[in-house]
Amino acid sequence: MKIDATKEGNAVVMSLKGRLDAVASSEFETSLSDWMSKGDNNFLLNFTGLEYISSAGLRSILATSKKLKERNGKIFLSGLHGPVEEVFKISGFISIFRVFATPEAALKEI
Amino acid sequence: MAVLIDLRMSAKLESLGRLIGSLSNCAKAQGFEQEKISRMELAAEEALVNVFRYAYPEQPGDVEMICRLEGERLAIEIIDSGIPFDATAMPVPEVTDGDHEREPGGLGILLMKKVMDEVRYRREKDRNILTLIVQKD
Repeated sequence: MKIDATKEGNAVVMSLKGRLDAVASSEFETSLSDWMSKGDNNFLLNFTGLEYISSAGLRSILATSKKLKERNGKIFLSGLHGPVEEVFKISGFISIFRVFATPEAALKEI
Repeated sequence: MAVLIDLRMSAKLESLGRLIGSLSNCAKAQGFEQEKISRMELAAEEALVNVFRYAYPEQPGDVEMICRLEGERLAIEIIDSGIPFDATAMPVPEVTDGDHEREPGGLGILLMKKVMDEVRYRREKDRNILTLIVQKD
């Protein structure tokens, strides 16, 4: 998996490419923690380039979201499609997060 | 019932890529659609990661993955010699609640059951055998 992260306005936009599986999820969680330790509390996770996610990836997102809640921060999502969107739907995670079609649409609201 | 894969590896996270890669290549070669292949990868990852995390609390062990073509369907068996564990008997979490306090424990099993056509468990000669079944059509 490849992670690209940039600060845009209020939020850190993190674009994930490839597969967020049990192996990649610890790297992903570390990357989120690194930004949080610098004081960032709003994240837009853009999944346009993400082809696959498993429960390990979902757990990383949920764990981070809980930590952010204590700091009045939030996770937003964009670009869900294919198998990734299916996993978000059947796990019910799609209703826990604010989901946008594109990162551009999300950034207007954050 | 042609055996397409029979792969035994250490039950640890480092084995995941090789096992899933091999399953994926095999399903592709058998002409399964990408959508079905993604579902197989997901269900197999969830089953394998459960074995890595929970099957051998005391000492390291192995996991075996056997794939068989049974007519128009693929059966993926995930086998370990660890403590008895029946994923099919686990309660699945409620998916409709939207709060952040939900318990994520059974999430992998929920996904596995939802994306497979059938999931079966049997305990045989001190081994756990979880079978994931996907129809080709």
